[in-house]
Amino acid sequence: MTAVQEASPATADVVAAGRRRRARRRLLVHVGLAVAVVVALVLSLVLGRTVYPLSDVVAVIMGADVDGASFTVGTLRLPRALTGLMVGLAFGLAGSTFQTMLRNPLASPDVIGISSGASAAAVIGILVLDLSPSAVSAFATVVALLTALVIYLLAYRQGVANTRLILVGIGISSMLASVVSYVLSGAAAWDMQVAMRWLTGNLNGATYERLLPLLLAVVVLTPVLLRLTRDLEALRLGDQTAAALGVPVERVRVLLIVCAVALMAFGTAAAGPIAFVAFLSGPITARILGPVGSPVLASGLFGALLVLVADFVAQYALGTRFPVGVITGALGAPFLIYLLVRSQRTGGVM
Amino acid sequence: MTSDHTLAAAGLSLGYGDRTVVDDLDLVIPPGKVTAIVGANASGKSTVLKAMSRLLAPRTGAVLLDGKEIHRTPTKEVARTLGLLPQSPVAPEGIAVADLVGRGRHPHQGMLSRWSAEDDAAVARALEVTGTADLADRAVDELSGGQRQRVWIAMVLAQETDVLLLDEPTTFLDVAHQVEVLDLLTDLNRELGTTIVMVLHDLNLAARYADHLVAIRDGALYACGEAAEVLTRECVADVFGLSSVVVPDPTCGKPMVLPLGRHHVAEGHRTVPA
Repeated sequence: MTAVQEASPATADVVAAGRRRRARRRLLVHVGLAVAVVVALVLSLVLGRTVYPLSDVVAVIMGADVDGASFTVGTLRLPRALTGLMVGLAFGLAGSTFQTMLRNPLASPDVIGISSGASAAAVIGILVLDLSPSAVSAFATVVALLTALVIYLLAYRQGVANTRLILVGIGISSMLASVVSYVLSGAAAWDMQVAMRWLTGNLNGATYERLLPLLLAVVVLTPVLLRLTRDLEALRLGDQTAAALGVPVERVRVLLIVCAVALMAFGTAAAGPIAFVAFLSGPITARILGPVGSPVLASGLFGALLVLVADFVAQYALGTRFPVGVITGALGAPFLIYLLVRSQRTGGVM
Repeated sequence: MTSDHTLAAAGLSLGYGDRTVVDDLDLVIPPGKVTAIVGANASGKSTVLKAMSRLLAPRTGAVLLDGKEIHRTPTKEVARTLGLLPQSPVAPEGIAVADLVGRGRHPHQGMLSRWSAEDDAAVARALEVTGTADLADRAVDELSGGQRQRVWIAMVLAQETDVLLLDEPTTFLDVAHQVEVLDLLTDLNRELGTTIVMVLHDLNLAARYADHLVAIRDGALYACGEAAEVLTRECVADVFGLSSVVVPDPTCGKPMVLPLGRHHVAEGHRTVPA
């Protein structure tokens, strides 16, 4: 063990080979997930009560007028599938960003209160203020952003400590849940059903109009988030290590939080807080990807795949049409328990 | 080749919340030497190291790296000159040794410039220097404590900084691994001229391995200089509140501290007051 000026070529080869192997695996997983998302998207356009041939679907997308297909595919299935894809992408990106940044798989934005901000706003908007669907979306977005700001400020004390952020978030989340229960308990039966559908998260109300704000948010925020993943990877080594490596820790953290919360807020406004998508995507993707780099983009792709598949199952596989959130919720709860049991054994670091 | 970077604190006051930990500290780190900072628990020694590595902003005063205020210099620029190994860094689950060591290249890579052959070479050098080359593809969480500490040192070495700060690099290691880590740091200092500053708990190892010893008491500089001048019976009594006998270390001639507790002390030494 002595200091040397040049490493032996053998060591350099091992290092380079390991790096190429990790890069190959990253590429493989991302391409695989992207292909699966495209396949799921196409299938959700083709399949349904009526099956349209792929040529009809393509024709409708190109703008041609096809008898029957123009309405079913163009007006119903396409905005629904695109909304599912975008919401899943937004939730997957946001969830994994939070979990990676806070180094805790339980720290996804839906667990730490940001979705509950949107939910409380939506319930109040529907039941108390009697707002139109698009006004409910806008109101939910704004309140989700405000909730995140409140959580951040309450957790702030010379920088934000991870545990404090999670605990404050869980506290705020419970408070907002009781607001939701309070408002629901005084609601008329019909309104209540609308509110419950919103709270479960569903894609039935998907229109191009409601999709547009989310689409813009995803197009603007995803590149910003992806540019930050290099610094995010450094943050995984601990705040002090990251700072020593030249990462402006607090600024990066604020940017990451803003991007992730905005994605979460716009996604929730478009389709409700589809249960557990943000929470599930990160840890599952981390298993698929392995320890070869940032799980954020892959998690976004997985989220998109999860919502598309879960919505298809919810619509056609169970006899009755369920909101997509019922399926993701049914998958998510056991997974949450699994994570908790596992984290007791390993210490819970992601 | 690299001993021309200077690091100093001038009129440095530090604290957390309402609590002042360090008040008006002046400290000059000798370039190209190994410096050890010693002091009692909560004396502020780790706080000083945090400020010297720009992790903690000073209340008043400044830390000067090459004469420039470190807190006003772009953090990435600082990271190319000054590296820090904190006390408890976190290894992401399952990460490979070479991957973790590669994270040390962060300050040398731009937003757009991707991984270069120079980065691979730096990682390979860091692995060889720390004797971890044969662990390159292993997962960090499978390693023993001593191996893991060498891997973390390899990560800060891959950063290729001329000044290296370490916060208690030997904690949680058995005595053999402590010596191994300190030997490695000495190699770096002697062969590459790296300026090394470390917080150490073990006074005898600090005395043996440091060219320059800094004793901190209650957030103020108590004494600094060569171990023989600094580490005296009075110093140990004042800084640690501990009676002791200080004798020359038979293996190197540096001072060696033998603590005097209330028990297991022969008659002749009993009377020494604290």
